[in-house]
Amino acid sequence: MTLKKLRASDRMKQLMGGYYMMGKQAEVNAWVTSGAPVELLYAMDIYPVYPENHGALIGAAKQGPYFSDFAEKKGFSRDLCSYARCDIGCVYAGTSPIGGLPEPNFLFACNNICNTVIKWYQVLSRIFKVPLFVLDTPFVRKELKESYVRYVHDQLYEFVDFVERVTGRELSDSKLRETLAKSVEGVNAYADVLHMAKHKPSPLTCFDAFINMAPIVCLRGTEYPIEFYAEMKKELMERVERGEGAVENEEVRLLWDNIPVWYRLRWFAEFFAERDACLVADTYTNAWTGFISMDKSDVFWSMAETYTFIYLNIGLEHMAEAINRLINYYDVDGVVIHSNRSCKPYSFGQYEIQKMIDVPSVVIEADMVDSRAFSEAQVETRLEAFLEMLK
Amino acid sequence: MIVAGIDVGSLTAKCALLKDRELVAYRVIKVSPNLEETAEKVFCETLEKAGIRREEVEKIVATGYGRNKVSFADKKVTEISCHAKGAIFFIPTARTVIDIGGQDSKVISISNGKVAEFVMNDKCAAGTGRFLEVMANALGVKVEELGDIAERAKKATRISSTCTVFAESEVISHLASGEKVEDIVAGIHEAIASRIVAMAQRVRIVPDVVLTGGVAKNKAMKKALEEKIGFEIKIPPEPQIVGAVGAALFALA
Repeated sequence: MTLKKLRASDRMKQLMGGYYMMGKQAEVNAWVTSGAPVELLYAMDIYPVYPENHGALIGAAKQGPYFSDFAEKKGFSRDLCSYARCDIGCVYAGTSPIGGLPEPNFLFACNNICNTVIKWYQVLSRIFKVPLFVLDTPFVRKELKESYVRYVHDQLYEFVDFVERVTGRELSDSKLRETLAKSVEGVNAYADVLHMAKHKPSPLTCFDAFINMAPIVCLRGTEYPIEFYAEMKKELMERVERGEGAVENEEVRLLWDNIPVWYRLRWFAEFFAERDACLVADTYTNAWTGFISMDKSDVFWSMAETYTFIYLNIGLEHMAEAINRLINYYDVDGVVIHSNRSCKPYSFGQYEIQKMIDVPSVVIEADMVDSRAFSEAQVETRLEAFLEMLK
Repeated sequence: MIVAGIDVGSLTAKCALLKDRELVAYRVIKVSPNLEETAEKVFCETLEKAGIRREEVEKIVATGYGRNKVSFADKKVTEISCHAKGAIFFIPTARTVIDIGGQDSKVISISNGKVAEFVMNDKCAAGTGRFLEVMANALGVKVEELGDIAERAKKATRISSTCTVFAESEVISHLASGEKVEDIVAGIHEAIASRIVAMAQRVRIVPDVVLTGGVAKNKAMKKALEEKIGFEIKIPPEPQIVGAVGAALFALA
């Protein structure tokens, strides 16, 4: 089975290679969580380092158990998130598949993705003896209240003070607006790429989306994602014009829920392609597609809204609604739900969500980076049975 | 038309031969580490029992955990679809199938003769035949005897660990503290039943509920499940071969 490859993937490797090189030369860098408002950092020429992206990279390199062991030996539990374990493990190991991450000048954790990041970054703060800023986003159970937004909004100002104090630099209003505009543009270009999966057959699978998501996470707010995704869209458009699908005979259209199983990406991609099933979209990459508002008069307010109302920080009803929107938009027949041992906020409530969504679904248990939590025969049987049920 | 269904599970391999929807012969054997050989063996033995030559079998469908190791099969279908089909064959009114196999257990909900929903246990032996085997071993009794032993119980000793390994140590400490074997066995059945029912509640449990898999032969297990579910449970005449029969039915289609 040979999978179809996108030219974009090669450019992505170059782009991300460049991104990691930049880190080695950056004057000031901060380690940040994937859901943090990175625009503030880029606007102050601070290089953002993403331990989560690094974790995904370690997973894809099938090195998860190896680096996790370094953290486990220090007493970190195997029940802890494997991104956290690998990140801390790499620090103790003094290396990683890319030779380790550059040491941080400060740390920036936003708990809109989970609360593990608070303890994780506190550990990093103790190891590196550098200051940590925690941006605390209230969990949006029902509606996004004004008081929540105000609370986050005020912290963003505190964060700017914090960074100015630590780095001695000053935030320029125009530079921030410029960065935010690029961020919005990049996010839109990225959304355009994902939306191409609406075509039948779909020119891309969620695996293509996973492989090519790093630029929108790590380089959001710079020129790079804007160009990269525009180019990727062109390539997908060519496929659409030729009537060519990412999967040869697209018979079943599926939606993936949760973080990918990085060390098995290829295995999953082949598994579905061989069975004429196309995972056209996923909840993970789609989490980076929207800015709620971009009110020019108060960009801090917009940022506070956007970064509080994100997929992992909202109640089950909102999540089910978001999934149903994707089901409807991409016209999928079923949902493959990854119950991810690492990611508790993402995996919690999945059995409830199953009852709230409009199409059949199946749950598989695994872990995004720790391959010791993956059982091939079990996953295979569940997925095959699910496809038998749908066909 | 003569067809065969071969179900290679984690502990036993089953083969069923069907002649136009009629079950003509079946065999159940222990699985050896070589699944390919096991499949060949159970197939040959069933053919011999039926007095049918290999060439007469028009189509073979393999199912079960070892289905991909049955190289001579024409098609592979998962045990979920096969158990549903097999259960309907034996009990046409089946709407829910609970299958307790050697290393996994599953609950399948059927509507319009097809799988509508299913759940399976994951990477944990609790709630499977393996759990019973480990406990029987710890108690020094045979797994086949567990059902009869449980019927003599005056009470059910509470087994609080879900994990098979921890439950085993719990059983040993219950023995050491003088609990009666039959009460512990009854407790073990309750523990499995509550585990399975918790899983079953993720799908809709609609009667008739059919119990399949080797564990279905255990009367105490049936009773423990019935008490928790609140429905009578039906058991096919040969619960262990339901998957193999289902596979053979797929071969007919």
